[in-house]
This record gives sequence, structure tokens and C-alpha cells, in this order.
Amino acid sequence: MTDSIPIAVEFTGGLELLFSNQRKHQVALPASNPEGTPSTVGYLVKWLCENLIKDPRKEMFVLDDSVRPGILVLINDADWELEGEEKYELQANDEIVFVSTLHGG
Amino acid sequence: MPPHPCETCHTSRAQILRPSTGTRLCAPCFTLAFETETAATITSSQLFHPGERIAIGASGGKDSTVLASVLQTLNARYAWGLELVLLSIDEGIAGYRDHSLEAVKRNAEVLGLPLKILGYEELYGWSMDEVVAQVVRKGNCTYCGVFRRQALDRGAAALGVRHVVTGHNADDVAETVVMNLLRGDLARLGRGTSLVTGTGGLEGGFASVKRSKPLMWAYEKEIVMYAHHMRLDYFSTECIYSPEAFRGSARTLIKNLERIRPESILDVVRSGIDMARLVPGAGGEGGSRSRRVEAMSRDVEDDTGGGCSGGNGEDAGGEMARVEETLRLNERADEEGTETEIRLPAKATNGQRHDRDVVHTGPAGKVLSPTVNGQNHDRHRHTSNNATVPHRTKQEKKPNCKAASDAAPPRQRLGQCERCGYLSSQAVCKACMLLEGLNKARPRTGIEVGGAGG
Repeated sequence: MTDSIPIAVEFTGGLELLFSNQRKHQVALPASNPEGTPSTVGYLVKWLCENLIKDPRKEMFVLDDSVRPGILVLINDADWELEGEEKYELQANDEIVFVSTLHGG
Repeated sequence: MPPHPCETCHTSRAQILRPSTGTRLCAPCFTLAFETETAATITSSQLFHPGERIAIGASGGKDSTVLASVLQTLNARYAWGLELVLLSIDEGIAGYRDHSLEAVKRNAEVLGLPLKILGYEELYGWSMDEVVAQVVRKGNCTYCGVFRRQALDRGAAALGVRHVVTGHNADDVAETVVMNLLRGDLARLGRGTSLVTGTGGLEGGFASVKRSKPLMWAYEKEIVMYAHHMRLDYFSTECIYSPEAFRGSARTLIKNLERIRPESILDVVRSGIDMARLVPGAGGEGGSRSRRVEAMSRDVEDDTGGGCSGGNGEDAGGEMARVEETLRLNERADEEGTETEIRLPAKATNGQRHDRDVVHTGPAGKVLSPTVNGQNHDRHRHTSNNATVPHRTKQEKKPNCKAASDAAPPRQRLGQCERCGYLSSQAVCKACMLLEGLNKARPRTGIEVGGAGG
């Protein structure tokens, strides 16, 4: 049984539709991915698609295994581009927010 | 990765990476930069004059919510003395617009601004749900765009306002540029990239409402970030009727471009502006004849430009599908010899347009030469730029919009629709024409025995 790290995940901008219409989720992510390396945001995304997404329309969230262009990711309230994007290694109690911009304004 | 310090204040941790410049800023420095840049757009183009009454087109979505909030902030900060009101259009789409209107109402309260809601039902006697039930998704976005345009203008008139601002952002404009390029719609290039359209003055005795997009240079990403860090309350779902439409393809392209090179979005907008200047007579702010022609040949009749992710005031997706279907039928008919072709004299635009009224033997209304490469053949024959399949939207009723190359645009009479008095260059405005079509086909309600009521 692998260790797991608690992560607070939030979905806004319409993404909550895919996740039981719930914006905030508390997840217990395995501390390391199947290859044995520390879990990254990239792994979190895969894990969410396999375990948390309730709607069949996965393509609204991911495209070719990574977050769809047009969805912003915040790691502890900062742009993930500042933190290494998908390679950022998650720590316990990190807050990840997925904000979709793909809708009318 | 070690945290980056904010490049402006050098003290707080950087939270935002700005796509336009690549600078790293903390949230307070970012929001200030965003607000200041919007103020610069407004003041450098003298968009508002002191004490002006402005209606903010508010849908409850991210762009208009941010627009309202920023304008309110700037109005106070710089003491512009503007009178701001929120104007919201209720298309009558259950499950979409009713929810977003709740967001607008909440915003109006938070900002302390008056709100006017105008509905299609009261203006036209038709809600979008009813229109869709009638036309069954064939061109429903067209109706919505045309109706919305008029509704915004009428709402403005009812409020005594000559200037409407909308929340179109740089991504919207870039998408519009790409779309118009891909469709060869040069006339729209100018209008889509203009900061301001319309004059706000009196033309032909009817007030012409000025339209502007102060957030035109703001990245969609930054608008979302602004809303997030300012904790603004907005509604975010796609219109339930948006088809797989052309704008969606343009949007995908723009988003992918942004990923590789974020500056591309603003560059596309600037290119669009430059290209629009090259279009004779139909350009935006640039051309010599353009101002008069532009004011008349602008999308008088539809509200395009990015609000609906699907439609853009015209059912581009559906229309393309129809056109392609038509071509297929034509080709097949040619091969089988089941149709004769009626050729009208090669008067580029008018010739092709009138095809629709001509009685013909085939199912299609297009003049194509009897080869599979029908389109290419046409291209050689006509000199104007619309010789191939005219992706002409239902709004394109004015020949001068397309007669770009050589002909001077024919004189336009700017007058009023004889039915409703709306500003129009036709005797009957577009909205009234569409309504006529709807009303004729409308099943009799209430009179039919056993019929399902309206």
C-alpha cells in the first residue's frame, strides 16, 4: 500500500460539470506514480481522469494526456508555468486549481 | 523550483506569468497592471468623454464581469465621471441564460450599478428556445446574433445611452481575424478589429449607437486571472445551442498557438488590423471612404464576435455544412446529367446572390461550371474576390461589402426599417425579415384542436 498525499483540488470555469458538479475536492493522491518517481501534477491529471471524473467527456479536460490548452492550472494560487507545469512535484496539502477559459464571456 | 519574486515589487512571490510580456508578477501588481493598461487603451483612444453615459453589455460571463468591475474601478480612480449602467439581454434560453442572468444581478448589486434586462420575448415575441424549436438548429445562431444586435441598440436607446461597451478580448478578436481570413470575409476584418464601431451621432435622424471593446488588447487568460484573484463572481457555461461551429476551430488554433508562442495572439490582432487597412472601401477605421461606408456596412444587423463559443452571430458551422452538401449534390448531378445549369451574366456578387431567387432545376442555388473543379473555374472567370463558393452569411445583403477589388461601393441609403424604425440600409431590417419568416411558419397555437400549444 503506497503512501498517499492529501491534495485539495478545485475546478472552476465550467469544469466542475465533469466532476459531479462539485468545485472542491479533497483527494488522496498516491505519493509516487507507478514508475516509482514522486507524483507530479501530470500524474495528478491522469489520476483524476481515471478516478474522479464522472462525465464521459474527458476531452473537455485533457487532450492527449495533458491538460487541454485553454485550461489554466494554479499551484498554490500561482500559475503552474512558474512552477514547472506538469513536472511540479506535489507536496502534502498543496492546492491545485483548474480554471477553464473555454466558454463565452 | 525556487519561487520567483515579483518583478515589480520584488517582495512578494510571483503568481502570474503574463503571456504578453513574459513578466512574472504577484497578484496585486498584476491586477494593478491590468487595470492601468485598460485605462491606457481607453485614454489613448479617447474612448469616453467626461460624464458620458455608458451601457456595459453584461452577460454574466467572465469578460463582461471583469469589464464592469474594471470600469467601475477606473471610473473612481481617475474620476472620469462616467455614468455606468449594465445592459443584459435575455435570449430566453432555459438552463443557460436564466442562470447567467442571476450572476449579472449579483454583480449589479455588488457593484452598485443599475441593471436593465431586455428580453427577446418582449422585443420580438420569440424566445430563442422557441426559435430553435421552430428552425431546429438550422441557423439558430444567426437569429440570435441578429436579434441581439438590435436588442443591445434598443436597450441603449431606452436607457438614453449612445455608447455600448462589450467585453471582447484579444483572443476573441484573434479568433475573428482567423475566421475571416479562412473565409475570405475581408469586409468583416475591419469591423472585427476596430476598437470602436459606429459613431454615436445622429445619422439619418436615427441615433447610431457607438460600440467599443476596451478589453480588446487583454488576453483571455489575464481576464480569467483577474477575475480569479479579485474573486469576481461569474457564470461559465456554453450556450446549450452552440453547434460545432467554425469559431471553435479558430479557437483551437489560437489556443494551440498561444501555447507555443503567447505573443501570437496580439500579433494576430495587429496583423488583422493591418490587413483590414489594405481592404479598399470596406476597411475599419483606416480607409478613406471607410468611415461612411463602414458605419453603414458594419454589422448593423448582427452581434458577432465571440460571445457564443459556437455561433458568432451566424451559423457558420451549419452554413458550411449546407454549402458542402450543396456542392456534393451539384457534383453528383453534373456527373449524372440530371440537372441543367442556368447561368446568369457574370456580374460577380449580384449574379450569385440572385441565384437563390431564380427557378432552377437542381437543389442548389449556386452557379458552378460543369467540372468537378467548379470552384476553381469560377475563380478564373470572375475578377472579384468572391468568385468561389460564397460563404456569405445571411447578414451579407450589401453587395458593396464584397466588391472590394475595383468597384466603388454603390451609394447606400441609410434609413429606417419601415416596420420597426430600426436603423437599416434596407427597407425592412434584418430582424424584421427573420421575424417574418418565423411568424409565417409558426404553427397556429391555441386555435388548433388538440395541438401542442406554443
